[in-house]
Amino acid sequence: MEFFRIKQDIPFMRHALVFNIISLITFILAVVFLTTKGLHLSIEFTGGTLLEVGYTEAPDIEKIRNRMVQDGFADPQVQNFGSTRDLLIRVPLAGDSGTAKVSEQVMASLKAATTQAPELKRVEFVGPQVGKELASDGAMALLLVVIGIVIYLAIRFEWRFAISAIIANLHDVVIILGFFAFFQWEFSLPVLAAVLAVLGYSVNESVVVFDRVRETFKKKRALTTPEVLNHAITSTISRTIITHGCTQMMVTSMLIFGGAALHYFALALTIGILFGIYSSVLVASPLVMWLGVSRAQFITPKKAKEEAVV
Amino acid sequence: MNRYPLWKNILVAVVLAMGMLYTLPNFYGEAPAVQISSVKATVKLDNALLARVEDTLKTAGIVQDGLFVDPNSIRVRLKDGDTQLKAKDALEKALNPDVNDASYSVALNLLSSSPLWLTNLHALPMYLGLDLRGGVHFLLQVDMKGALTKRLDSTGADLRSLLRDKNLRHSGVAREGMTLVIKFRDAETRDKARSVIADSQPDLLLSEAQDGADFKLVGALKPEAEKRIQEYAIKQNITTLHNRINELGVSEPVIQQQGADRIVVELPGVQDTAKAKDILGRTATLEIRMVDDENSVNPAVMEQAAKGQPPLGDELYTERGGRPLLVRKQVVLTGERLTDAQPGFDSQTHEPSVNMTLDSAGARIFKDISRENIGKRMAILLIEKGKGEVVTAPVIRGEIGGGRVQITGRMSTVEASDIALLLRAGSLAAPMDIIEERTIGPSLGADNIQKGFHSTVGGFIAIAVFMSFYYLLFGFVSVVALASNVLLLFALLSMLQATLTLPGIAAIALTLGMAIDSNVLVNERIREELRNGESPQAAIRAGYERAWATILDSNVTTLIAGVALLIFGSGPIRGFAMVHVLGIMTSMFSSVVVSRAIINLIYGSRRKVSRLSIGQIWKPGIQTK
Repeated sequence: MEFFRIKQDIPFMRHALVFNIISLITFILAVVFLTTKGLHLSIEFTGGTLLEVGYTEAPDIEKIRNRMVQDGFADPQVQNFGSTRDLLIRVPLAGDSGTAKVSEQVMASLKAATTQAPELKRVEFVGPQVGKELASDGAMALLLVVIGIVIYLAIRFEWRFAISAIIANLHDVVIILGFFAFFQWEFSLPVLAAVLAVLGYSVNESVVVFDRVRETFKKKRALTTPEVLNHAITSTISRTIITHGCTQMMVTSMLIFGGAALHYFALALTIGILFGIYSSVLVASPLVMWLGVSRAQFITPKKAKEEAVV
Repeated sequence: MNRYPLWKNILVAVVLAMGMLYTLPNFYGEAPAVQISSVKATVKLDNALLARVEDTLKTAGIVQDGLFVDPNSIRVRLKDGDTQLKAKDALEKALNPDVNDASYSVALNLLSSSPLWLTNLHALPMYLGLDLRGGVHFLLQVDMKGALTKRLDSTGADLRSLLRDKNLRHSGVAREGMTLVIKFRDAETRDKARSVIADSQPDLLLSEAQDGADFKLVGALKPEAEKRIQEYAIKQNITTLHNRINELGVSEPVIQQQGADRIVVELPGVQDTAKAKDILGRTATLEIRMVDDENSVNPAVMEQAAKGQPPLGDELYTERGGRPLLVRKQVVLTGERLTDAQPGFDSQTHEPSVNMTLDSAGARIFKDISRENIGKRMAILLIEKGKGEVVTAPVIRGEIGGGRVQITGRMSTVEASDIALLLRAGSLAAPMDIIEERTIGPSLGADNIQKGFHSTVGGFIAIAVFMSFYYLLFGFVSVVALASNVLLLFALLSMLQATLTLPGIAAIALTLGMAIDSNVLVNERIREELRNGESPQAAIRAGYERAWATILDSNVTTLIAGVALLIFGSGPIRGFAMVHVLGIMTSMFSSVVVSRAIINLIYGSRRKVSRLSIGQIWKPGIQTK
């Protein structure tokens, strides 16, 4: 069985401009959503209290919310989580009451709201100082990944590859964030982990293509730069799609079996994987071309041998 | 020919065998157990106790399934939950004859039921995080400023007695912000005092100032002293937390310093979070001060005090029962002088009481104070979170020697034992606040394990089916390599005893999904070599060799992301990153070395291989100029 029976190199580079414009538009849209709607940050970042409670029968959410407001909670969020019998309750930080006592007060309020006794499944309380740190740590991690990858690719390949790979993949990150902003999906720590994992993962996609580009430059001297890129993409496309397909199978399995706790994590990975294929192949390669890659950068054979050992 | 040298085959076999060995404990599950730990610093766990535990179980007719001793606890493994409860009751009765004066905590626990020889090899099951086993996680912030002001206050008291001893007259020692200000009438006394203080308090940085007729000496803590006090404060708080948590009888608590001023507390299996929080969060310290009797009965002064203007040197407190009371600011004794505190009953009134024992210095001070103040009232204050409460303010009837003090006041038996616990567990060097809390119920934990497990298995089967169809035998070998990757990853996690969390399980799934990439790269490359007309053996060799450089490059970039997450991640992210990084490393070994070893075993030794079972090869291939 073979899916890809490609007889000729596909002229991807002829449409390079189109691809770049498509990316630019999605990118701009993502930025617009991010700035207008913003991310729906989880309490890990904003601070506050979150409770997951289970009932034996589906409770009346409206009643619970009213009771909580009556008990002095400003703006409580009550929603179903996974099933109609499970509730997720979020209480924002409020001045002095930002202490660990909130969860007990909420439970008291819940007991008063209905005749059923709720079962406390999970509590998360995050103080204001922790939230700020998590946000800045997340940003630092992203920065470190970007710098690390750029340096590695610049040493292993060429700065042009490094720059275009990182631009292509940061554009994935922004698009994932754009999705989360548009649909107002909850952006939590596991989602952040997923985003960074995707960044590493799709860069490796570009690496596979670039590896081929380098090899083709050395082997096939008659080809022009766009032709080399076309050849490299075409000869790796079947691997690209199979690999991503396999990873996606795993992620889909997480979406199906993983329950609510892994839902947004898996969702972020799904978007990352789909856009990863597109961007690492069809965005990174044209960028390399615009940046002016040429055979001259690879035909110092001695150096190439040394590189292979690194 | 594609043959591995013998050593390489042996290496693969040994690594896989080790993987198998260290993964093994995870399959045995957990058995109920009873954990015995000491709650008093003076009571040690020794062989005598071990013999007592064995005897008790024997006389109670309980069959134990293994006894484990470590420096902090003795654990008895039992067959089932019923025997566990029976054993707990029997041990509780035998070890703690007096319920009010318990020396040991006997708690229910779970132990791995893997056989002893595995445990002896340090082959332990993976350490599950709280989100998988249920429990409470707290992050506590230590108030360092509080530690410093506390230190300045006690230094102030020391200075007062020092100046009194040296007969140096001063007109007041007070803490103003983060400095101590001592006022003198003339410059000469100040100079004398300065040299005396500099000798006895090397931590203070002294400077002189003048304010009208007052000659002032201003003392501030030196930066290195501040640092030392802060380090001490966090260590002291950790010790105190240890003591308090031991009293709760939690099995395997984690109490660690995080950063300069934070403490992580993890209590697996604890469900009563309110109680845990109460015990942890309470920063009770005991202070004994004298009551200002004259002013306390003067209604005019009391009215002024209620408005926030108590007489100089006094503070307004409320007694249990609500009556206001003026108490001297000067502290006679603090909880630091306390060696023990136990709940009990007053022998005459049968009221619940707290019986305290003071150390020798404390006993001496207490004796002097009680002798000098017969007929006056003494206030015993419990300070919690900066707010004080007068537990009781008894009249001193006579000199109290021997350092044994009994407090009675309007308290219930429960309150008495809580106060005793708080006092006994030691005071915190600095106040703390809970800044993060996570509680996970046990049902949710089990649910999380199941969901994570199903996701991984579901994805693995899907990948296995696809790979076997698409690459036939080579695909199957890839799946075997992937399975060995799971094995090695589990073994590594068990060996390192890294905490496995739900994001960690997600990372296992994701890493497997990514690890198959290496095999796809190899298989595609072999197909390509075949397409270009290479012989099967040469294609295998070239396929593995050429794909290696690409595999390395692509894994390094993924690794960079993983390491960054490991450095900057906290909590759930760390768990994810840890597994991700380990998984990438094991995947490089399994997908290249292990899969090649198997392929070599299948094809390597054959003289003539006419075709490889790697799926159909589309011959026309890619046309280039």
